[in-house]
Amino acid sequence: MSKLFKARHAMGPVVRGPALVANDGFSARYDLDRIKGIFSRPAHKLAGQSYVGKILVLDTAKGGVATAWMLHEMKSRGIVPLALVLNSVNPILAQGAALGDVAMLAGFDEDITAAVPNGAEVEVNPAEGWVKVI
Amino acid sequence: MKLNDEEQDILAGKAGPVPQQALQHQIKVGDFFHAKDFVPVTQAHIMADTESLGEAGVQWLEGLAATTEGQHRVRIPTITDPRGTDFAKAEWLGQTKGMVDLEHRAIVAFEKLGVAMTNTCINYQTIQPPTRGEHTAFGDTGVVIYANSVCGARSNFEGGPSALSAGLTGRTPRYGFHLPGQRRGTLRIQVDHTPTTLNGWGGLGGVIGRLAGNYWAVPVIEGIEGAPRSDQLKHFGASMASFGSIALFHLVGLTPEATTLSDVAANDLPAHRVGKADVEALQKSYHTDDTVDVVVFSAPQLSLYELGDLASLCEGRKFSVPMLAVTSPQVKPDSDRMGYTARIEAAGGSVLSGMCFYQSYAREISEARGWKRLATNSAKLVNILGGYGYRPMLASMEACVDAAVSGKMVRT
Repeated sequence: MSKLFKARHAMGPVVRGPALVANDGFSARYDLDRIKGIFSRPAHKLAGQSYVGKILVLDTAKGGVATAWMLHEMKSRGIVPLALVLNSVNPILAQGAALGDVAMLAGFDEDITAAVPNGAEVEVNPAEGWVKVI
Repeated sequence: MKLNDEEQDILAGKAGPVPQQALQHQIKVGDFFHAKDFVPVTQAHIMADTESLGEAGVQWLEGLAATTEGQHRVRIPTITDPRGTDFAKAEWLGQTKGMVDLEHRAIVAFEKLGVAMTNTCINYQTIQPPTRGEHTAFGDTGVVIYANSVCGARSNFEGGPSALSAGLTGRTPRYGFHLPGQRRGTLRIQVDHTPTTLNGWGGLGGVIGRLAGNYWAVPVIEGIEGAPRSDQLKHFGASMASFGSIALFHLVGLTPEATTLSDVAANDLPAHRVGKADVEALQKSYHTDDTVDVVVFSAPQLSLYELGDLASLCEGRKFSVPMLAVTSPQVKPDSDRMGYTARIEAAGGSVLSGMCFYQSYAREISEARGWKRLATNSAKLVNILGGYGYRPMLASMEACVDAAVSGKMVRT
Protein backbone atom coordinates (compact mmCIF):
# COMPACT_ATOMS: atom_id res chain seq x y z
CA MET A 1 0.00 0.00 0.00
CA SER A 2 1.37 3.40 -0.94
CA LYS A 3 2.00 6.16 1.61
CA LEU A 4 1.18 9.77 0.83
CA PHE A 5 2.66 12.89 2.45
CA LYS A 6 1.10 16.35 2.03
CA ALA A 7 3.26 19.46 1.51
CA ARG A 8 2.36 23.06 2.33
CA HIS A 9 4.43 24.48 -0.54
CA ALA A 10 4.50 23.06 -4.06
CA MET A 11 5.27 23.90 -7.69
CA GLY A 12 6.20 22.30 -10.97
CA PRO A 13 5.27 19.23 -13.04
CA VAL A 14 4.13 15.79 -11.88
CA VAL A 15 7.07 13.36 -11.88
CA ARG A 16 7.83 9.80 -10.79
CA GLY A 17 11.20 8.20 -10.08
CA PRO A 18 13.64 6.80 -7.51
CA ALA A 19 14.17 8.71 -4.25
CA LEU A 20 17.65 9.67 -3.10
CA VAL A 21 17.26 10.47 0.59
CA ALA A 22 19.51 12.00 3.25
CA ASN A 23 19.07 14.12 6.34
CA ASP A 24 21.34 16.83 4.94
CA GLY A 25 21.08 20.17 3.14
CA PHE A 26 21.11 21.19 -0.51
CA SER A 27 22.90 23.86 -2.48
CA ALA A 28 23.77 23.43 -6.14
CA ARG A 29 26.94 25.50 -5.80
CA TYR A 30 28.20 24.12 -2.50
CA ASP A 31 27.31 20.46 -2.83
CA LEU A 32 27.38 19.38 -6.48
CA ASP A 33 29.78 18.64 -9.29
CA ARG A 34 27.32 19.80 -11.91
CA ILE A 35 29.42 18.47 -14.79
CA LYS A 36 29.62 14.91 -13.47
CA GLY A 37 26.13 15.06 -11.92
CA ILE A 38 27.23 13.91 -8.46
CA PHE A 39 27.30 15.29 -4.93
CA SER A 40 30.89 16.50 -4.54
CA ARG A 41 31.11 18.18 -1.15
CA PRO A 42 33.13 15.64 0.89
CA ALA A 43 31.12 16.21 4.08
CA HIS A 44 27.73 15.74 2.39
CA LYS A 45 25.94 12.51 3.27
CA LEU A 46 25.38 11.81 -0.43
CA ALA A 47 28.99 12.53 -1.47
CA GLY A 48 29.91 10.64 -4.62
CA GLN A 49 26.31 9.69 -5.50
CA SER A 50 24.58 10.70 -8.73
CA TYR A 51 21.59 13.00 -8.44
CA VAL A 52 20.61 12.81 -12.11
CA GLY A 53 17.01 11.71 -12.62
CA LYS A 54 16.53 11.24 -8.88
CA ILE A 55 13.86 12.67 -6.62
CA LEU A 56 16.01 14.25 -3.95
CA VAL A 57 14.54 14.08 -0.46
CA LEU A 58 16.58 16.30 1.85
CA ASP A 59 16.25 18.45 4.94
CA THR A 60 16.68 22.08 3.96
CA ALA A 61 18.23 24.61 1.58
CA LYS A 62 21.79 25.67 2.31
CA GLY A 63 24.20 28.22 1.00
CA GLY A 64 23.91 31.05 -1.43
CA VAL A 65 21.89 32.36 -4.31
CA ALA A 66 23.46 30.50 -7.25
CA THR A 67 20.94 27.66 -7.22
CA ALA A 68 18.39 30.16 -8.57
CA TRP A 69 20.27 30.01 -11.90
CA MET A 70 21.84 26.58 -11.66
CA LEU A 71 18.71 24.40 -11.74
CA HIS A 72 17.82 26.04 -15.07
CA GLU A 73 21.34 25.49 -16.40
CA MET A 74 21.45 21.88 -15.16
CA LYS A 75 18.07 21.16 -16.76
CA SER A 76 19.29 22.53 -20.11
CA ARG A 77 21.96 19.79 -20.10
CA GLY A 78 19.76 17.06 -18.66
CA ILE A 79 22.03 16.74 -15.60
CA VAL A 80 19.34 17.63 -13.09
CA PRO A 81 17.33 16.04 -10.28
CA LEU A 82 13.80 15.03 -11.26
CA ALA A 83 12.35 16.79 -8.22
CA LEU A 84 13.34 18.36 -4.90
CA VAL A 85 11.41 17.35 -1.79
CA LEU A 86 12.57 19.09 1.39
CA ASN A 87 11.45 19.73 4.93
CA SER A 88 12.02 23.44 4.29
CA VAL A 89 13.37 25.55 1.45
CA ASN A 90 14.67 29.07 1.12
CA PRO A 91 13.51 31.52 -1.57
CA ILE A 92 16.49 30.65 -3.76
CA LEU A 93 15.45 27.04 -4.27
CA ALA A 94 11.90 28.14 -5.05
CA GLN A 95 13.12 30.78 -7.50
CA GLY A 96 15.40 28.23 -9.16
CA ALA A 97 12.63 25.67 -9.45
CA ALA A 98 10.35 28.33 -10.94
CA LEU A 99 12.91 29.29 -13.61
CA GLY A 100 13.94 25.72 -14.33
CA ASP A 101 10.43 24.22 -14.14
CA VAL A 102 11.67 21.62 -11.65
CA ALA A 103 9.10 19.96 -9.36
CA MET A 104 9.46 21.01 -5.72
CA LEU A 105 7.64 20.27 -2.48
CA ALA A 106 8.39 21.64 0.99
CA GLY A 107 6.79 21.80 4.43
CA PHE A 108 5.56 18.49 5.83
CA ASP A 109 4.03 17.48 9.17
CA GLU A 110 6.76 14.85 9.59
CA ASP A 111 10.49 14.72 8.86
CA ILE A 112 10.23 13.78 5.20
CA THR A 113 13.80 12.44 5.14
CA ALA A 114 12.78 9.84 7.74
CA ALA A 115 9.44 9.10 6.11
CA VAL A 116 10.64 8.27 2.58
CA PRO A 117 12.95 5.23 2.28
CA ASN A 118 16.12 5.75 0.26
CA GLY A 119 15.76 4.15 -3.17
CA ALA A 120 11.97 3.92 -3.02
CA GLU A 121 9.93 4.66 -6.13
CA VAL A 122 8.00 7.86 -5.46
CA GLU A 123 5.56 10.11 -7.27
CA VAL A 124 5.52 13.89 -6.78
CA ASN A 125 2.31 15.75 -7.57
CA PRO A 126 2.76 19.51 -6.99
CA ALA A 127 -0.71 20.39 -8.31
CA GLU A 128 -2.24 18.35 -5.49
CA GLY A 129 0.65 19.05 -3.11
CA TRP A 130 1.84 15.55 -2.22
CA VAL A 131 4.59 13.00 -2.54
CA LYS A 132 3.65 9.33 -2.56
CA VAL A 133 5.82 6.30 -1.85
CA ILE A 134 4.67 3.71 -4.37
CA MET B 1 -1.83 36.63 -4.94
CA LYS B 2 -3.91 39.77 -4.87
CA LEU B 3 -2.87 42.02 -7.77
CA ASN B 4 -3.57 45.74 -8.00
CA ASP B 5 -4.66 47.38 -11.26
CA GLU B 6 -1.10 48.08 -12.40
CA GLU B 7 -0.04 44.49 -11.70
CA GLN B 8 -3.04 43.12 -13.56
CA ASP B 9 -2.05 45.29 -16.55
CA ILE B 10 1.53 44.01 -16.39
CA LEU B 11 0.30 40.42 -16.21
CA ALA B 12 -1.99 41.04 -19.20
CA GLY B 13 1.03 42.19 -21.22
CA LYS B 14 0.04 45.86 -21.43
CA ALA B 15 3.56 46.94 -20.40
CA GLY B 16 5.15 44.53 -22.87
CA PRO B 17 6.41 40.93 -22.75
CA VAL B 18 9.48 41.56 -20.58
CA PRO B 19 7.74 42.83 -17.42
CA GLN B 20 4.94 40.33 -18.10
CA GLN B 21 7.41 37.43 -17.99
CA ALA B 22 9.04 38.92 -14.90
CA LEU B 23 5.73 39.19 -13.05
CA GLN B 24 4.74 35.65 -14.03
CA HIS B 25 7.97 34.40 -12.47
CA GLN B 26 7.35 36.44 -9.33
CA ILE B 27 3.80 35.12 -8.99
CA LYS B 28 5.06 31.52 -9.18
CA VAL B 29 7.44 32.22 -6.31
CA GLY B 30 4.90 34.30 -4.38
CA ASP B 31 2.25 31.59 -4.69
CA PHE B 32 4.73 28.98 -3.49
CA PHE B 33 5.27 30.96 -0.28
CA HIS B 34 1.59 31.99 0.01
CA ALA B 35 2.40 35.69 -0.42
CA LYS B 36 -0.78 37.78 -0.24
CA ASP B 37 0.41 40.60 -2.49
CA PHE B 38 3.43 42.51 -3.79
CA VAL B 39 5.51 45.12 -1.98
CA PRO B 40 7.24 47.96 -3.90
CA VAL B 41 11.05 47.84 -3.77
CA THR B 42 13.55 50.65 -4.26
CA GLN B 43 16.68 48.82 -5.41
CA ALA B 44 17.60 45.43 -6.86
CA HIS B 45 20.95 43.62 -6.81
CA ILE B 46 21.51 40.71 -9.20
CA MET B 47 23.82 37.74 -8.66
CA ALA B 48 24.66 36.59 -12.17
CA ASP B 49 28.13 35.16 -12.62
CA THR B 50 28.23 33.08 -15.77
CA GLU B 51 29.43 29.94 -14.01
CA SER B 52 25.95 29.91 -12.47
CA LEU B 53 24.05 31.04 -15.58
CA GLY B 54 25.85 28.83 -18.05
CA GLU B 55 25.00 29.02 -21.73
CA ALA B 56 21.31 28.44 -20.94
CA GLY B 57 21.10 31.36 -18.51
CA VAL B 58 22.92 33.75 -20.83
CA GLN B 59 20.59 32.77 -23.68
CA TRP B 60 17.63 33.42 -21.39
CA LEU B 61 19.01 36.89 -20.64
CA GLU B 62 19.71 37.56 -24.30
CA GLY B 63 16.14 36.62 -25.13
CA LEU B 64 14.84 39.26 -22.71
CA ALA B 65 17.37 41.83 -23.94
CA ALA B 66 16.44 41.31 -27.59
CA THR B 67 12.89 42.44 -26.90
CA THR B 68 12.15 45.97 -28.03
CA GLU B 69 8.39 45.97 -27.52
CA GLY B 70 6.98 47.84 -24.51
CA GLN B 71 9.01 48.41 -21.35
CA HIS B 72 12.27 46.52 -21.70
CA ARG B 73 14.50 48.24 -19.16
CA VAL B 74 14.50 48.08 -15.37
CA ARG B 75 12.26 50.50 -13.47
CA ILE B 76 14.39 50.97 -10.34
CA PRO B 77 18.16 51.17 -9.70
CA THR B 78 19.36 47.64 -10.44
CA ILE B 79 22.98 46.66 -9.94
CA THR B 80 25.11 43.53 -10.21
CA ASP B 81 27.06 41.20 -7.95
CA PRO B 82 30.61 40.21 -9.03
CA ARG B 83 31.28 38.88 -12.51
CA GLY B 84 32.94 35.56 -13.22
CA THR B 85 36.26 37.12 -14.07
CA ASP B 86 38.53 40.13 -13.88
CA PHE B 87 38.99 40.59 -17.62
CA ALA B 88 42.52 41.95 -17.13
CA LYS B 89 43.56 38.81 -15.23
CA ALA B 90 41.48 36.09 -16.93
CA GLU B 91 44.39 34.48 -18.76
CA TRP B 92 46.55 34.45 -15.63
CA LEU B 93 43.70 32.77 -13.75
CA GLY B 94 43.63 30.03 -16.37
CA GLN B 95 40.16 30.97 -17.58
CA THR B 96 39.28 30.09 -21.16
CA LYS B 97 38.17 32.31 -24.02
CA GLY B 98 34.76 30.62 -23.80
CA MET B 99 34.31 31.75 -20.20
CA VAL B 100 35.35 35.31 -21.01
CA ASP B 101 33.11 35.44 -24.09
CA LEU B 102 30.14 34.24 -22.04
CA GLU B 103 30.79 37.01 -19.51
CA HIS B 104 30.88 39.60 -22.30
CA ARG B 105 27.56 38.34 -23.68
CA ALA B 106 25.93 38.52 -20.24
CA ILE B 107 27.16 42.09 -19.76
CA VAL B 108 25.79 43.20 -23.15
CA ALA B 109 22.41 41.69 -22.30
CA PHE B 110 22.28 43.26 -18.84
CA GLU B 111 23.20 46.68 -20.23
CA LYS B 112 20.39 46.46 -22.80
CA LEU B 113 18.03 45.78 -19.89
CA GLY B 114 19.25 48.94 -18.14
CA VAL B 115 21.20 47.16 -15.40
CA ALA B 116 24.19 49.02 -13.93
CA MET B 117 27.25 46.74 -13.92
CA THR B 118 28.61 47.55 -10.47
CA ASN B 119 29.98 44.00 -10.03
CA THR B 120 30.15 44.20 -6.26
CA CYS B 121 29.02 42.09 -3.32
CA ILE B 122 29.70 44.94 -0.88
CA ASN B 123 27.26 47.48 -2.31
CA TYR B 124 26.28 48.36 1.28
CA GLN B 125 29.83 49.71 1.66
CA THR B 126 30.44 51.03 -1.85
CA ILE B 127 27.22 52.00 -3.65
CA GLN B 128 24.35 52.89 -1.31
CA PRO B 129 23.44 51.19 1.96
CA PRO B 130 19.69 50.76 2.38
CA THR B 131 17.93 52.49 5.26
CA ARG B 132 15.83 51.02 8.05
CA GLY B 133 12.52 49.75 6.74
CA GLU B 134 13.52 50.10 3.07
CA HIS B 135 12.18 47.19 1.02
CA THR B 136 14.76 45.92 -1.48
CA ALA B 137 15.34 42.90 -3.73
CA PHE B 138 18.95 42.00 -3.04
CA GLY B 139 20.86 38.99 -4.27
CA ASP B 140 24.07 37.65 -2.72
CA THR B 141 23.38 36.26 0.72
CA GLY B 142 26.08 38.42 2.30
CA VAL B 143 24.40 41.54 0.98
CA VAL B 144 20.97 40.47 2.20
CA ILE B 145 22.04 39.54 5.72
CA TYR B 146 23.99 42.80 6.14
CA ALA B 147 21.15 44.91 4.72
CA ASN B 148 18.52 43.20 6.88
CA SER B 149 20.52 42.98 10.09
CA VAL B 150 22.89 45.95 10.20
CA CYS B 151 20.86 48.42 8.14
CA GLY B 152 17.37 47.26 9.18
CA ALA B 153 16.26 46.97 5.55
CA ARG B 154 13.77 44.35 4.30
CA SER B 155 14.85 41.76 1.75
CA ASN B 156 14.64 38.06 1.08
CA PHE B 157 17.41 36.21 -0.74
CA GLU B 158 16.58 37.16 -4.32
CA GLY B 159 18.40 34.96 -6.80
CA GLY B 160 19.39 36.43 -10.16
CA PRO B 161 16.13 35.76 -12.07
CA SER B 162 14.01 37.11 -9.21
CA ALA B 163 16.18 40.18 -8.56
CA LEU B 164 16.07 41.04 -12.27
CA SER B 165 12.32 40.51 -12.23
CA ALA B 166 12.05 42.90 -9.29
CA GLY B 167 14.12 45.45 -11.19
CA LEU B 168 11.78 45.13 -14.17
CA THR B 169 8.52 45.32 -12.19
CA GLY B 170 9.64 47.49 -9.26
CA ARG B 171 8.14 45.08 -6.72
CA THR B 172 8.56 41.68 -5.13
CA PRO B 173 6.22 39.17 -3.48
CA ARG B 174 5.54 40.12 0.14
CA TYR B 175 6.65 37.11 2.17
CA GLY B 176 9.55 36.18 4.44
CA PHE B 177 11.61 39.09 5.76
CA HIS B 178 9.31 41.72 4.24
CA LEU B 179 6.85 40.75 6.99
CA PRO B 180 7.48 42.16 10.51
CA GLY B 181 6.44 38.89 12.17
CA GLN B 182 9.09 36.93 10.29
CA ARG B 183 11.80 39.19 11.71
CA ARG B 184 11.30 38.07 15.32
CA GLY B 185 14.16 36.12 16.85
CA THR B 186 13.79 32.33 16.89
CA LEU B 187 17.11 31.36 18.44
CA ARG B 188 18.92 33.05 21.32
CA ILE B 189 22.71 32.93 21.34
CA GLN B 190 24.84 34.07 24.28
CA VAL B 191 28.46 34.57 23.30
CA ASP B 192 31.25 34.91 25.83
CA HIS B 193 33.87 35.81 23.24
CA THR B 194 34.06 38.88 21.00
CA PRO B 195 36.44 38.18 18.10
CA THR B 196 39.08 40.69 17.05
CA THR B 197 40.10 39.24 13.68
CA LEU B 198 38.02 38.99 10.52
CA ASN B 199 38.47 35.21 10.40
CA GLY B 200 37.35 35.12 14.02
CA TRP B 201 34.19 37.04 13.18
CA GLY B 202 33.60 34.77 10.19
CA GLY B 203 34.17 31.74 12.40
CA LEU B 204 31.66 32.98 14.95
CA GLY B 205 29.15 33.61 12.17
CA GLY B 206 29.75 30.09 10.87
CA VAL B 207 29.16 28.50 14.28
CA ILE B 208 25.91 30.43 14.73
CA GLY B 209 24.83 29.68 11.15
CA ARG B 210 25.28 25.96 11.71
CA LEU B 211 23.32 26.13 14.97
CA ALA B 212 20.49 28.12 13.38
CA GLY B 213 20.30 25.74 10.47
CA ASN B 214 17.83 27.16 7.99
CA TYR B 215 16.63 30.29 6.23
CA TRP B 216 13.66 30.95 8.48
CA ALA B 217 15.74 31.01 11.68
CA VAL B 218 16.60 34.44 13.13
CA PRO B 219 19.45 34.35 15.66
CA VAL B 220 19.35 36.94 18.45
CA ILE B 221 22.86 37.36 19.81
CA GLU B 222 23.84 38.73 23.20
CA GLY B 223 27.25 39.34 24.72
CA ILE B 224 29.17 41.13 21.96
CA GLU B 225 31.48 43.69 23.55
CA GLY B 226 31.97 47.12 22.00
CA ALA B 227 30.74 48.22 18.59
CA PRO B 228 31.85 45.95 15.74
CA ARG B 229 33.17 47.56 12.57
CA SER B 230 31.48 47.21 9.21
CA ASP B 231 34.15 44.80 7.89
CA GLN B 232 33.78 42.61 10.97
CA LEU B 233 30.00 42.39 10.56
CA LYS B 234 30.52 41.84 6.83
CA HIS B 235 32.49 38.64 7.52
CA PHE B 236 30.21 37.67 10.41
CA GLY B 237 27.04 37.94 8.33
CA ALA B 238 28.43 36.51 5.10
CA SER B 239 29.66 33.43 6.95
CA MET B 240 26.43 32.98 8.92
CA ALA B 241 24.48 33.21 5.64
CA SER B 242 26.81 30.73 4.00
CA PHE B 243 26.88 28.12 6.77
CA GLY B 244 23.22 28.39 7.71
CA SER B 245 21.42 30.11 4.82
CA ILE B 246 20.54 32.81 7.38
CA ALA B 247 19.18 36.15 6.13
CA LEU B 248 18.73 38.12 9.37
CA PHE B 249 20.32 38.31 12.81
CA HIS B 250 19.94 40.72 15.67
CA LEU B 251 22.75 41.87 17.98
CA VAL B 252 21.08 43.03 21.16
CA GLY B 253 21.97 46.63 21.90
CA LEU B 254 23.72 47.08 18.55
CA THR B 255 21.59 46.43 15.49
CA PRO B 256 18.67 48.74 14.80
CA GLU B 257 15.70 46.51 15.58
CA ALA B 258 17.09 45.09 18.84
CA THR B 259 17.70 47.84 21.34
CA THR B 260 16.72 45.24 23.95
CA LEU B 261 16.06 41.50 23.74
CA SER B 262 12.33 42.02 24.23
CA ASP B 263 12.18 44.15 21.07
CA VAL B 264 12.79 41.06 18.94
CA ALA B 265 12.19 37.96 21.08
CA ALA B 266 10.51 36.61 24.18
CA ASN B 267 12.69 37.07 27.24
CA ASP B 268 12.36 33.38 28.08
CA LEU B 269 13.60 32.17 24.67
CA PRO B 270 16.04 29.35 25.53
CA ALA B 271 19.68 30.32 25.03
CA HIS B 272 22.59 28.50 23.41
CA ARG B 273 26.10 29.38 24.59
CA VAL B 274 28.86 29.93 22.03
CA GLY B 275 32.44 30.49 23.10
CA LYS B 276 35.97 30.88 21.81
CA ALA B 277 36.49 27.11 21.77
CA ASP B 278 33.59 26.69 19.31
CA VAL B 279 35.11 29.23 16.94
CA GLU B 280 38.58 27.69 17.22
CA ALA B 281 37.15 24.20 16.63
CA LEU B 282 35.52 25.37 13.41
CA GLN B 283 38.77 26.94 12.23
CA LYS B 284 40.84 23.86 13.14
CA SER B 285 38.44 21.56 11.31
CA TYR B 286 39.63 23.14 8.06
CA HIS B 287 43.32 22.90 8.89
CA THR B 288 44.02 19.61 7.15
CA ASP B 289 47.40 20.36 5.57
CA ASP B 290 50.58 22.30 6.26
CA THR B 291 51.39 23.27 2.69
CA VAL B 292 49.69 26.07 0.77
CA ASP B 293 49.34 26.36 -3.03
CA VAL B 294 47.59 29.74 -3.07
CA VAL B 295 46.39 32.44 -0.70
CA VAL B 296 43.08 34.19 -1.45
CA PHE B 297 41.44 37.19 0.19
CA SER B 298 37.88 37.36 -1.14
CA ALA B 299 34.26 36.53 -0.25
CA PRO B 300 33.22 39.20 0.44
CA GLN B 301 35.26 41.61 -1.71
CA LEU B 302 37.76 43.60 0.32
CA SER B 303 37.05 47.12 1.54
CA LEU B 304 39.62 49.89 1.22
CA TYR B 305 40.49 49.39 4.89
CA GLU B 306 41.14 45.68 4.42
CA LEU B 307 43.36 46.42 1.42
CA GLY B 308 45.22 49.02 3.49
CA ASP B 309 45.83 46.46 6.24
CA LEU B 310 46.95 43.90 3.69
CA ALA B 311 49.32 46.38 2.02
CA SER B 312 50.97 47.05 5.38
CA LEU B 313 51.45 43.33 6.00
CA CYS B 314 53.02 42.94 2.54
CA GLU B 315 55.70 45.52 3.28
CA GLY B 316 59.17 44.00 2.77
CA ARG B 317 57.78 40.50 2.04
CA LYS B 318 58.36 38.23 -0.98
CA PHE B 319 55.73 35.64 -1.76
CA SER B 320 56.62 32.12 -2.83
CA VAL B 321 53.04 31.19 -3.75
CA PRO B 322 50.39 33.29 -5.52
CA MET B 323 48.39 35.65 -3.32
CA LEU B 324 45.12 37.10 -4.64
CA ALA B 325 43.23 40.01 -3.10
CA VAL B 326 39.82 40.57 -4.67
CA THR B 327 37.93 43.84 -4.42
CA SER B 328 35.16 45.78 -6.09
CA PRO B 329 35.49 48.09 -9.10
CA GLN B 330 34.57 50.98 -6.79
CA VAL B 331 37.39 50.28 -4.30
CA LYS B 332 40.12 49.28 -6.78
CA PRO B 333 40.82 52.81 -8.13
CA ASP B 334 41.21 54.10 -4.57
CA SER B 335 43.51 51.19 -3.75
CA ASP B 336 45.57 52.13 -6.79
CA ARG B 337 45.59 55.84 -5.82
CA MET B 338 46.57 55.15 -2.21
CA GLY B 339 49.43 52.94 -3.34
CA TYR B 340 47.96 49.82 -1.69
CA THR B 341 47.84 47.89 -4.97
CA ALA B 342 51.49 48.68 -5.74
CA ARG B 343 52.61 47.60 -2.26
CA ILE B 344 50.71 44.30 -2.51
CA GLU B 345 52.05 43.65 -6.01
CA ALA B 346 55.60 44.50 -4.94
CA ALA B 347 55.46 41.49 -2.62
CA GLY B 348 54.23 39.31 -5.48
CA GLY B 349 50.50 39.54 -4.82
CA SER B 350 47.71 40.37 -7.27
CA VAL B 351 44.79 42.71 -6.74
CA LEU B 352 41.74 41.66 -8.78
CA SER B 353 38.58 43.63 -9.28
CA GLY B 354 34.91 43.03 -10.09
CA MET B 355 34.92 39.28 -9.43
CA CYS B 356 34.80 37.03 -6.39
CA PHE B 357 36.94 33.91 -6.20
CA TYR B 358 34.26 31.29 -5.73
CA GLN B 359 32.04 32.86 -8.42
CA SER B 360 34.78 32.68 -11.04
CA TYR B 361 34.94 29.07 -12.21
CA ALA B 362 36.87 28.04 -9.09
CA ARG B 363 36.98 24.37 -10.13
CA GLU B 364 38.47 25.18 -13.54
CA ILE B 365 40.95 27.64 -11.99
CA SER B 366 42.06 24.89 -9.61
CA GLU B 367 42.63 22.48 -12.49
CA ALA B 368 44.36 25.06 -14.71
CA ARG B 369 46.66 26.46 -12.01
CA GLY B 370 47.13 23.38 -9.84
CA TRP B 371 45.70 25.15 -6.79
CA LYS B 372 44.19 22.79 -4.23
CA ARG B 373 45.46 23.82 -0.80
CA LEU B 374 44.08 27.31 -0.33
CA ALA B 375 44.58 29.63 2.65
CA THR B 376 42.15 32.46 3.35
CA ASN B 377 40.77 34.58 6.17
CA SER B 378 37.22 34.15 4.82
CA ALA B 379 35.08 31.59 6.66
CA LYS B 380 32.53 31.89 3.85
CA LEU B 381 35.13 30.90 1.29
CA VAL B 382 36.30 27.79 3.17
CA ASN B 383 32.68 26.69 3.53
CA ILE B 384 32.10 26.92 -0.21
CA LEU B 385 35.32 25.66 -1.74
CA GLY B 386 35.25 22.08 -0.43
CA GLY B 387 32.62 21.25 -3.04
CA TYR B 388 34.92 22.65 -5.73
CA GLY B 389 37.69 20.20 -4.88
CA TYR B 390 39.86 22.53 -2.78
CA ARG B 391 41.34 21.87 0.65
CA PRO B 392 40.66 25.29 2.15
CA MET B 393 42.30 26.53 5.35
CA LEU B 394 41.01 29.36 7.55
CA ALA B 395 43.48 31.66 9.29
CA SER B 396 44.09 35.31 10.13
CA MET B 397 45.15 37.80 7.48
CA GLU B 398 48.60 37.87 9.13
CA ALA B 399 48.96 34.07 9.07
CA CYS B 400 47.78 33.94 5.45
CA VAL B 401 50.40 36.53 4.42
CA ASP B 402 53.06 34.49 6.25
CA ALA B 403 51.83 31.41 4.35
CA ALA B 404 52.16 33.28 1.05
CA VAL B 405 55.83 33.89 1.94
CA SER B 406 56.73 30.42 3.20
CA GLY B 407 54.22 28.24 1.37
CA LYS B 408 53.44 26.71 4.78
CA MET B 409 50.51 27.20 7.14
CA VAL B 410 51.51 27.10 10.77
CA ARG B 411 49.04 25.08 12.83
CA THR B 412 47.55 26.96 15.77
